[in-house]
Amino acid sequence: MALTPTSGPTSASDSNAAPARPSTSSSIATFSPSDPPVPENTILTSLDAVVNWCRKNSLWPMPFATACCGIELMAVGASRFDIARFGAEVMRFSPRQCDLMIVAGRVAMKMMPVLQRIWLQMPEPKWCISMGACASTGGVFDTYAVVQGFDRFMPVDVYIPGCPPRPEQILRAVMDLQTKIQRGGSLNGTALPEMLDHEQLAASARALTARVSVAERGREERFGYRLPGGPGLVGVDETR
Amino acid sequence: MTTSSTTSDPSVSAEADPHAGTLGKLAGRFGDGVFTTSRFRDNLRLHVSPARLFELLSSLRDDCGFAFLAELGGTDFLGYPGWSRARFQVHYVLRDLERNERLTVLAGVDEPRPALPSATPLWEGANWMEREVYDMYGIEFRGHPDLRRILMPEEFAAFPLRKDYPLRGRGERHNFTRLTRGES
Repeated sequence: MALTPTSGPTSASDSNAAPARPSTSSSIATFSPSDPPVPENTILTSLDAVVNWCRKNSLWPMPFATACCGIELMAVGASRFDIARFGAEVMRFSPRQCDLMIVAGRVAMKMMPVLQRIWLQMPEPKWCISMGACASTGGVFDTYAVVQGFDRFMPVDVYIPGCPPRPEQILRAVMDLQTKIQRGGSLNGTALPEMLDHEQLAASARALTARVSVAERGREERFGYRLPGGPGLVGVDETR
Repeated sequence: MTTSSTTSDPSVSAEADPHAGTLGKLAGRFGDGVFTTSRFRDNLRLHVSPARLFELLSSLRDDCGFAFLAELGGTDFLGYPGWSRARFQVHYVLRDLERNERLTVLAGVDEPRPALPSATPLWEGANWMEREVYDMYGIEFRGHPDLRRILMPEEFAAFPLRKDYPLRGRGERHNFTRLTRGES
């Protein structure tokens, strides 16, 4: 078992070798020669690191497959590529039992509220992978009916490019997500610190540029929706 | 608009016109001035004004044996080169399954508020097809039992297959709540 916690006060020690690592400068976990010896097969680490380690190796994906990306996703689950090597083979079709949303394929406008509802039904902690060009950007479907990247309305942890992506890319994304889970998060939630910062930044940018875009975009009604908050206040940062 | 798969057939002549019987019956019923005809290869089209459309359709169904409405759709001819008729055109593809005859009825409607009589009293299958035409072009079908949008969301207010709908519009995609990591 190899734990490499990267955050929090940690220390690793053994009975006869491997003194405390030089990075452990915190005052919480220091050892003096007068301490009783740590028995064999014992590892000292932080609780967050252990919890993250458990979580990252037991992802339960919720396959939200709407298009050809779903076929590649099935291939990843099958024996040739075998996502079970990364502990993420337990696909469940109830959001209540999942903690990894994989959006594979284009998301139509009518599907977006459904997707959001499924996301809200998933218990914490949860993560999200945007798989393929359509889910990430709308892809070639630049039409009135397709959401141009569902990350505008939901948090996304890892994006996978490709149309559709190769199965290896999905495995790569799972590995990246595992790194991310190990690095961030805490016992009580998923909130990665940099993601919260990014969302706050995006919210402030939206508030700043709202007035500018009214003149840029002109009449909103010609696009079809009567916007409840008045023109120019919704989705302004996407028009740039 | 061309629905036939056959190419020009030398056997289709004035004597062996498969539509001769139908045209004869219609001429006896309506006389001149109600509809005009045009042909493309072996397709027969009847152009009719919206005021006489329902009358013509019911006569085709009851008197001429066209029991099956195969297709109903719309076209927007805004900006079409050389187009002088009404902006929208709704086509009804009718089939007589016993005599294997097919013809197309074309009705033009123009702005503002394009409207046509509904064909649902004649063919139940027109229900969803008319809803689709309404959804995409905004053509009303008077007398339709349930004229709602069928493909687009209820709150959608434009008609996306009209030629003046912006191709690269983005405003309609942003009417969702935004879930953030902190909230969800």
